[in-house]
Amino acid sequence: MWGSGKRFGRKPIEGDVRIPSGCAVSGIMNKKGKLFTGETIIQSISIMRDRSNGLGGGFAAYGIYPDYQDFYALHVFFESEENQREVELYLKENFLVEKGEKIPTRKVSTILDAPIIYRYFIKPRAEICEDVCMSPDEFMVRQVMFINSSFQGAYVASSGKNMGAFKGVGYPEEIGEFYDLESYKGYLWTAHGRFPTNTPGWWGGAHPFTLLDWSVVHNGEISSYGTNRRYLEEFGYECSLQTDTEAATYLFDLLLRRHRMPLEAACQVLAPPFWEEIERMPEKEKETARALRMVYGKGLLNGPFSIILGSTNGMVAINDRIKLRPLVAAEQGDMLYVASEEAAIIEVCACPSRVWTPRAGQPVIGRLEEVESWVSVC
Amino acid sequence: MGLSMLAPEYRVDRDKERCIDCKVCVTQCPYDVHYFDGDEEKVFAREENCVNCHRCVVLCPTRALIIRKYPLELRENSAWKEIDIRQLQKQAETGGILLSGMGNPKPLPVYWDKILLNASQVTNPSIDPLREPMELKTFLGSKPERLEIGCDGSVKTKIAPQLELSAPVMFTAMSFGSISLNACRVLAEAAHDLGIYYNTGEGGLHQSLYEFADNTIVQVASGRFGVNSEYLKTGAGIEIKIGQGAKPGIGGHLPGEKVREEVAATRMIPLGTDAISPAPHHDIYSIEDLRQLIFALKEASDYEKPVSVKIAAVHNVAAIASGIARAGADIITIDGFRGGTGAAPTRIRDNVGIPIEFAISAVDNRLKDEGIRNQVSVVAAGSIRNSADIVKAVALGADAVYIGTAALLAMGCHLCRKCYMGKCSWGIATQQPHLVKRLNPEIGRERLVNLVTGWKHEIKEILGGMGINAVDSLRGNRHMLRGVDLNSRELDILGIKAAGE
Repeated sequence: MWGSGKRFGRKPIEGDVRIPSGCAVSGIMNKKGKLFTGETIIQSISIMRDRSNGLGGGFAAYGIYPDYQDFYALHVFFESEENQREVELYLKENFLVEKGEKIPTRKVSTILDAPIIYRYFIKPRAEICEDVCMSPDEFMVRQVMFINSSFQGAYVASSGKNMGAFKGVGYPEEIGEFYDLESYKGYLWTAHGRFPTNTPGWWGGAHPFTLLDWSVVHNGEISSYGTNRRYLEEFGYECSLQTDTEAATYLFDLLLRRHRMPLEAACQVLAPPFWEEIERMPEKEKETARALRMVYGKGLLNGPFSIILGSTNGMVAINDRIKLRPLVAAEQGDMLYVASEEAAIIEVCACPSRVWTPRAGQPVIGRLEEVESWVSVC
Repeated sequence: MGLSMLAPEYRVDRDKERCIDCKVCVTQCPYDVHYFDGDEEKVFAREENCVNCHRCVVLCPTRALIIRKYPLELRENSAWKEIDIRQLQKQAETGGILLSGMGNPKPLPVYWDKILLNASQVTNPSIDPLREPMELKTFLGSKPERLEIGCDGSVKTKIAPQLELSAPVMFTAMSFGSISLNACRVLAEAAHDLGIYYNTGEGGLHQSLYEFADNTIVQVASGRFGVNSEYLKTGAGIEIKIGQGAKPGIGGHLPGEKVREEVAATRMIPLGTDAISPAPHHDIYSIEDLRQLIFALKEASDYEKPVSVKIAAVHNVAAIASGIARAGADIITIDGFRGGTGAAPTRIRDNVGIPIEFAISAVDNRLKDEGIRNQVSVVAAGSIRNSADIVKAVALGADAVYIGTAALLAMGCHLCRKCYMGKCSWGIATQQPHLVKRLNPEIGRERLVNLVTGWKHEIKEILGGMGINAVDSLRGNRHMLRGVDLNSRELDILGIKAAGE
């Protein structure tokens, strides 16, 4: 039973309880949009095996579905065929379903209890969107939240265009093998190895967490979770998983998509400068920084984190404001690398032209060339 | 009237071996307890007058005095307790309404004490405030739902006027009249030193305190005492007082003997007249009337000041708060049932209203559910005793708190609860010149600044322990709270889990 609320007769999973966890993260992108296979990111994340404990691993890949780039690619986990039938019926009522297929997987001896994993390429029915006065994106967000909270035994792992999340319970390199990621080609990959302090063993709880084409992998435990969650609820977000990653993803969605904030400003909300620093800023910057803290104080992610946000237009890696979790970045040609540890970068790029440790709260922004705005105007 | 049937409440134990008959107690006691008998050449006490204010005890140079509860062994009765019998007899003597000073002293649950705080261990690190920055800066006022930021990074949205506080604490409304000018000065100067605000209460603003205008919230209450255009334009913020936690639904009454020259001038009323605040504002009989007053005040102050509306925490507080937010208030102040007062009818004070802890939770939930939480700040008042109470109030959803009783205690108040007698032996709740001068404003200011400075350090320690370094991240963070000795209904209303969950 994966529906929201109490799940009786099984161990508690995300959504029932709040489970703190530590982790490894890695992100690699080609700024020109050149495609490369999942092999590189698997190699990178696997070197940080000690940072995870086999209870969660996952990847987000961008540019993998060029043939269906106008469709939302829905990756869904089902607990049973009956759950799947119910959701498929619902999808047909509300969407044009271009294609639905099982996501190909390989047998891996350590990966057990895999759910039924399907993907659907869909478009919201225009007349329904018009009826409810919503943009297709907004409609999609509501539908994904509705499926996750209302359909038992179904969980949407990702729902963006020309991207997908591949995640599960296991070490990340095993999850990569399970999904055969070496056969996919993307221009941006992020990866996550999880070290939860509890043993939920639930596929939906693994990272990345996604919404539309946002994906978030995250290492940390956000002590401001209660504040952030209440703030998000005010804007209609349901934090059903009770994880920091979910909250971070919704915050990005709120700031970037709904409030149309420039990326730098959004990063400043998550990891704002201290008031002392703000006082020393030039007048115009000071005014903006003050206003952001005043209005978005409850969006501050307080506590240790390093986060990689993936999107169609690029990636952002950012640390908490006093750098309580590791984050390293490197460049080589058109490639940008970010990871929890330098070793994870050197493993796949022996001689980067530049390696640096981003300062606390200073985002590393990898923008796909020729992309002006991070937010598609809909 | 015949002989009083009341035994003294307190007994004055004078150690004759220590007493040197120096008469300090005689000159210090404003209640005529101690007297010097010339024939006997000794000091004696009229114990029936004693209010247990501790002035004589503290000032006795030989430590010869102890005030004890009078050992009155009434026949045991769990229904009719001593206090019930005493109050009844007093009322039978006078035929009046029983009066009380300060907050509700009844043994009702103090929910602050049933809430415990969290701290980080392993999975997230605690932060050491001695080594890392720790931020308590707080803004009160209406925030826009979103900021529009141009591509050049400049802010295009105009933000409503805000009060900027160095920490989420302010000094609550206490009027000149109910407290002495020296006490008002202590509040004003301490607020100025601390970078926070104090509230004038409904007594207007004395000319000598205009220099602290930037740290002053001016109040407009039902009597409109001291309200004029200059007053409204002077304060950093304006507060409309609808109600007070100690006496919800009741107005105020400052007896004529307290309305001396300065009080009369400040309140703009004739010398020696009773200053009576009606129970309601007679121009506010509905929420739409409140809206008119809010905007009249904004109009009068050129839309440059946030307007707060203060209400008592009553049963339907959440809906009322929502209405106030929609009426255009920038700040809602909620005063809990333990809130202090200079004078209130005892039965009202002890029986009307609800605990502030529940009120904060209910109001924060309602405003959040309606999507208007950002539109308004919530200030909680009534029974904030220490820094941990502040942390709990903020975690339940308050943006800041007001302290009143705590500030008076810092000045020297010993909580004898006889403010309404106008004879405060510590020079706080009195207008008698020889008593007023007992409160040295310089010393009072230092003590009050010390108190809040100490609290700031403590809040920083607590936040650091939780692993957060800005008070913003504590707001509504009920995950940081756990309840003990609370039933599940109470936990639900507070929106917190039980300890161990």
